[in-house]
Amino acid sequence: MKATVLVRPKPGILDPQGEAVETALEHLGFTVSGARVGKVIDLEVDAADAAAAKTQVEQMCERLLANPLIESYEIEVAG
Amino acid sequence: MAIPQPRVGVVTYPGSNDDHDALWALAALDAEAVPVWHEDAELPSLDAVVLPGGFSYGDYLRCGAIARFSPATAAVREFAEAGGLVLGICNGFQILCEAGLLPGALLRNESLRFICRDVRLTVERDDLPFTARCAPRQELVIPVKHGDGRWFAPPELLAELEASRQIVLRYAEPCNGSTADVAGVCNGRGNVMGLMPHPEHAVDPLLGSADGALILASLVEAARDRALAAA
Repeated sequence: MKATVLVRPKPGILDPQGEAVETALEHLGFTVSGARVGKVIDLEVDAADAAAAKTQVEQMCERLLANPLIESYEIEVAG
Repeated sequence: MAIPQPRVGVVTYPGSNDDHDALWALAALDAEAVPVWHEDAELPSLDAVVLPGGFSYGDYLRCGAIARFSPATAAVREFAEAGGLVLGICNGFQILCEAGLLPGALLRNESLRFICRDVRLTVERDDLPFTARCAPRQELVIPVKHGDGRWFAPPELLAELEASRQIVLRYAEPCNGSTADVAGVCNGRGNVMGLMPHPEHAVDPLLGSADGALILASLVEAARDRALAAA
């Protein structure tokens, strides 16, 4: 079962990478704000159904994929 | 009775690169420096442990996030929980934060630049096994070299740590954008400490500063006291 984890810097945490990306986009002539840089982790999970896969991936996020002090995460499971 | 040489372990992870400097500095300060391999699920008999700097597991995912699950880190956790002295330097600090043995997290430097230079630090705690040789509020010059050294704690956590006096070192000049200029912290019990600067690179005046020796010699001395107490 395919799962995708989106990891983002929590709101309020200074994200210098996001700021650098934003400045670069402005140099290209785009008007943007609020750029934040996170991570995408694609996984193939061995699980009976989508709910079971999600539970597993949640545990992965809590234990390794995200640091709850500084990052939030979102899980998408594609049946 | 001869004064025993305390045994201080240094853990080598895949990607550690300051392990040999740490071993050298500890030996120069009259400790028996003991290499520990990351796959060792049990520590040899030790009086203190140092987690050295470097880029364990390539800093993949987050700095220290993967080293946290090494067999040696599990052994270090047990050692710390039993009251053992643990010092994490740079990547070692990141590992201890990821492992939950120290509060906070280390993020990318505010400047996005790798910072490699001497910095001035203020000693906030001189009553710890890691700082006993320092004078109150002493200013130290110790080099940093890191890309992800911006220590972060949310305001509630910072207030808690200030109240419990867990902030050990602060940058005395702008460095990486750390919350409250924090350069080093300890756990509540005071037996685990982490810092971003590299004391092992400042143990000889020939290298520009010997201030790092104050930190490492404090650790060696505290480890010796423990070895004597156990003998």
